[in-house]
Amino acid sequence: MEPQTVFETLKGKFGDAATELQSEGFRPAFVVVSPEKLPEIALFLRDDPAMKFDSLMCLSGVDYKDRFAVAYHLYSMTHRHAVGLKVFLPRENPSVASVDGVWPAANFMERETFDLYGIDFPGSKDLRRILLPDDWDGHPLRKDYKYPDFYHGIKV
Amino acid sequence: MTRPAEALPTQEMLINMGPQHPSTHGVLRVLLRTDGEVVVNARPDVGYLHRALEKIGERVTYAQFMPFTDRLDYLASMNCNCAYAWAVEKLAGIEVPERAEYIRVIVSELNRISSHLIAFGSFTADMGAFTPFLYSIRERERVNDLFEDLCGNRLTYNFARIGGVSADLPPGFLEKTKEFLDYFEPKIDEYNKLISYNKIFVHRLAKVAVITAEDAIAYGLTGPNLRGSGVRFDLRRDEPYSVYPKLDFDVCVGSGERGALGDCFDRYMVRINEMRESVKILRQAIAQIPEGPVAAKVPRVFKPPVGEAYFRSECPRGETGFYLISDGTGNPSRLKIRTGSFVTMNIFEKVTVGLMIADIVAVIGSFDIILPEIDR
Repeated sequence: MEPQTVFETLKGKFGDAATELQSEGFRPAFVVVSPEKLPEIALFLRDDPAMKFDSLMCLSGVDYKDRFAVAYHLYSMTHRHAVGLKVFLPRENPSVASVDGVWPAANFMERETFDLYGIDFPGSKDLRRILLPDDWDGHPLRKDYKYPDFYHGIKV
Repeated sequence: MTRPAEALPTQEMLINMGPQHPSTHGVLRVLLRTDGEVVVNARPDVGYLHRALEKIGERVTYAQFMPFTDRLDYLASMNCNCAYAWAVEKLAGIEVPERAEYIRVIVSELNRISSHLIAFGSFTADMGAFTPFLYSIRERERVNDLFEDLCGNRLTYNFARIGGVSADLPPGFLEKTKEFLDYFEPKIDEYNKLISYNKIFVHRLAKVAVITAEDAIAYGLTGPNLRGSGVRFDLRRDEPYSVYPKLDFDVCVGSGERGALGDCFDRYMVRINEMRESVKILRQAIAQIPEGPVAAKVPRVFKPPVGEAYFRSECPRGETGFYLISDGTGNPSRLKIRTGSFVTMNIFEKVTVGLMIADIVAVIGSFDIILPEIDR
């Protein structure tokens, strides 16, 4: 199934929750959805017999300077097709529902995104910093991140 | 005075395994909560080797990031090199000369053999058999010699380039590779005779940490760990890239031959069998490799068009994916690296419930994780 068809199906089922199809220059194409509807859309994409996106290849945070995004790369082992799913989040208190109940693989990748971007995933079964120490200040992959001069009194 | 056993106070114990422990394959720390010898909960703690590769990626140009990919998975640098090059080429839409693609496939498969040899050797050493490790290192040495001929390095190669490879094959390389294959192929049977079906070894692995096919897919396992659960999925065949469609090989899967499909033994056997398939691929690639240029013309100041691309390729430790975002400048605006080992660690807590402490070592070894790839 092509991303175009996925987008149209989502549009038919969820209306305006599927806001945009990013296809020109995007490999694979992204279906942009509104963050509020993400849990339902994720479940639908996983369980619908024609979709069957049972595998979450990659979950990444992105800083687009004016806003954040979380990109989900989905793949179907059954039908062997792929699509991207993206939600845009505001710079202030970015937060989107966790999908680790839909794809358990999401847990570590969400923790990583939380750690490095400060994006919150309410509903996650275990959201802690993963790569950085627990007491680290700030989220380094944000474009406006200020490098600290000291860590525990040690010059960095 | 004796007391009945049930009156003795017992309590769970918290044990810290690692980060400096030879069987954790690097600096992995596992927090074990045990009830006697039985593991109640094993929580992995990663991040000790975090070098902020993704942040560095945003500060260097596309070409300058190539040496950093060597440090992703230092036992399979060639695979990571090529994966990154393919990802950038997908982003920018660059056509790569066929000879360069064949060279990439040849070095990738050689590196897959040497990586699986380390997986095999260190796994058996973890299980208490030290001799096979010496055998596997002996064979790997010959692959390292080949790579030293090729690019001067033995561990971090920095060999691939955007649009091709850094240099053509040196004279006699293909002949030497063929010699190595003739020497190496019978050794796989030797390993099987030496250790694979050794009774003690099999007992340590069979029916330990069984992962069903559904779980393997849901938890995002890839590579040999996924195939060990019986899922016949290999990116080289199912999402073909480079010249893999022209090469004939089998996708090895676990068969549950020692009691349970998806146990540690199946994952181990998949790697042994994959070495044989790599030999098969290499023989065909050597026979088919055409003459021609080894690099496409890529401008010195390389600025891919605005866009986003996700490319994944089959590395020895599963799928290595690069998610690249270009804003039209010379540096990536975002460079996300998805590695097989990192996602695999996700299922660790689930499969280790109820195992013995010694089995934890078997599970880590059967996943064949590598820490620099987890922590990046």
